[in-house]
Amino acid sequence: MNIVVLLKQTPDTESVIRIAGDGKSIVTDGLKWIINPYDEFALEAALRLKDKLKGKVSVVSYGPPRVVEALRTALAMGADDAVLIDDPVLKTADYLRVTKALTAAIKELNPDLIFTGSRAIDYDQGQRGAIVAENLDWPHLALAVAVDCDGSVVTIERPIEGGKVILESPLPALVTFGGAHAIWNPRYASLPGIMKAKKKPIAMKKVTDLGFDPANFEPETARIRITSLEKPAERKQGRIINGDLDVVGKAAELVRSLHEEAKVI
Amino acid sequence: MAKCVCVIAEFRNGNFRRVSFEVASEGKRVADALGLELYGVAVGSGVASKAAELGRYGVRKVLVRDDPALENYLAETHVPIVAEMVGRLDPAVILLPASVDGKDLGSRLGAKLRVALVQDVVQIVCEDGRVRAKWPIFAGKCFAWSEWLGGTLPVISCRPNVMSCREPDDSFAAEVENVDVPIPQARSHVKAIDYDTSGKVELSEAEIIISGGRGMKEASNYSMLEELAQLLGAAVGASRAAVDSGWRPHSDQVGQTGKVVNPDLYIAVGISGAIQHLAGMGSSKYIVAINRDPDAPIFSKADYGIVEDLFKFIPAFTEEVRKHKSTCS
Ligand SMILES: Cc1cc2nc3c(=O)[nH]c(=O)nc-3n(C[C@H](O)[C@H](O)[C@H](O)COP(=O)(O)OP(=O)(O)OC[C@H]3O[C@@H](n4cnc5c(N)ncnc54)[C@H](O)[C@@H]3O)c2cc1C
Repeated sequence: MNIVVLLKQTPDTESVIRIAGDGKSIVTDGLKWIINPYDEFALEAALRLKDKLKGKVSVVSYGPPRVVEALRTALAMGADDAVLIDDPVLKTADYLRVTKALTAAIKELNPDLIFTGSRAIDYDQGQRGAIVAENLDWPHLALAVAVDCDGSVVTIERPIEGGKVILESPLPALVTFGGAHAIWNPRYASLPGIMKAKKKPIAMKKVTDLGFDPANFEPETARIRITSLEKPAERKQGRIINGDLDVVGKAAELVRSLHEEAKVI
Repeated sequence: MAKCVCVIAEFRNGNFRRVSFEVASEGKRVADALGLELYGVAVGSGVASKAAELGRYGVRKVLVRDDPALENYLAETHVPIVAEMVGRLDPAVILLPASVDGKDLGSRLGAKLRVALVQDVVQIVCEDGRVRAKWPIFAGKCFAWSEWLGGTLPVISCRPNVMSCREPDDSFAAEVENVDVPIPQARSHVKAIDYDTSGKVELSEAEIIISGGRGMKEASNYSMLEELAQLLGAAVGASRAAVDSGWRPHSDQVGQTGKVVNPDLYIAVGISGAIQHLAGMGSSKYIVAINRDPDAPIFSKADYGIVEDLFKFIPAFTEEVRKHKSTCS
């Protein structure tokens, strides 16, 4: 069983996000970087499946050299090898081009299953998995909160508004992961894991290594771009419902405020 | 066919989901701004007899593919059918719901049509015939605006509960056209589907949310919040601390790695207001915080703060709400 986990490095969830001078990107100096939590859920699911069925887990990512750290973490958690597409042309390419390069890198690994996060906590477009599946003409099962595979069929549970769906597909297939830490509980890298990871291979690729002409990734080929970023409007200063009232008084005052001022109850 | 704006409506369980009407309403605004007609596309079992309803929200004509085999959404069947129908309309803009299925359909449809989708859009602007869209990034810590280049067809999924619904015009029915697109052979399939019939209000669709955090102390104490929720027609949410403690299901988690919600009223009970939690509820219209620690960061986001022990305050508040409801009705 060959499983590819597609992962992205994102700023830590604690990060305060500041807009850079160009008005359309964020300040990255001083940010702490992590594996996108949903991709980490996908990795955990892949490692559990490897424990059950044997085989290999490869991680694939793109981005600048700092992403090596995320890949080392994945290797320390138990992945076997990694590929990083580190090519400056991807910096200005739109996500359609980036997923093209990712698809090519994945193909070389000949997987039976591809696991990835249902969304990334940075730009949160939640499209990567479905696009890769479409590029490969594979079925995809999205937003798994539970997964099982017997080596030939993969089954997931997918929450929808007001219910849940059980989806099933023969392999090969792509699965995207949702849920929360409470479900997946991703393992920490152990000390021996970290030592072993130092010897595991990370293949660095440029788009030319994947058979592309870099001209196809130039900024003018982009179909979409971010024109600006903006901060949410500051919230109006609120008020503490006053300490002179007793509990019942505060409760009555809150009801009155919500009814008469906010008009929400 | 003349250029148009196209909305993809979501049909489930014999009805259009409410978000479809929000998207149709927004589609009408975009169509008016661009001087185009609004058309619709809908797939499902029994959709043909309901599709005229979309006319009340401004849709002129709906292409439908109605078949019992299309009862449940499956990317492998729905995406090629929608792609074929959209192709016949040759739209200038496509809008669809950023619901669970809508987001899935949109991303695969975008890849299939080789066009660019922006998900979870909260605002659309049309200027000089060009479309721009805004969506939250970093779970609402920031927003991004994007534009489409080189004549690329804009595809936009609209976040539920954000775009306002038009006043439905009951005198107007959309023209409905059945199109005979073949249903593709799928490899994947829906093995089972299970709807929650408890009548619980869905978190992402609730107008009022009451969330409990670590301050709730144990699972059984949530019955207090449920009683209050029942009175207010609210949904009950939770912080990650409460979910990690096993007090609440993961589907109730609000925050950067949970649901991002934007109700009219969010009541945070025994929640400190960690940055990951604030990211998920910071865009709520009104926020109430109930916490015994006056320095809890949640108060910096709250419109109304109550510094009290929640075990004393919630019963008193529930009683006051009950009185209020009985005098109002
Ligand atoms: C990668 C990552 C992702 C995360 N994602 C999320 C997420 O999606 N959502 C999320 O919520 N968190 C998330 N977190 C966790 C977050 O950092 C906080 O740990 C969490 O939100 C804390 O939950 P809490 O406010 O319930 O608990 P605490 O921070 O422990 O706060 C409890 C509050 O209850 C108050 N309190 C206690 N007893 C009473 C009482 N009797 N009456 C009144 N008040 C009382 C206390 O004063 C305190 O302010 C994430 C963390 C990480 C690292």
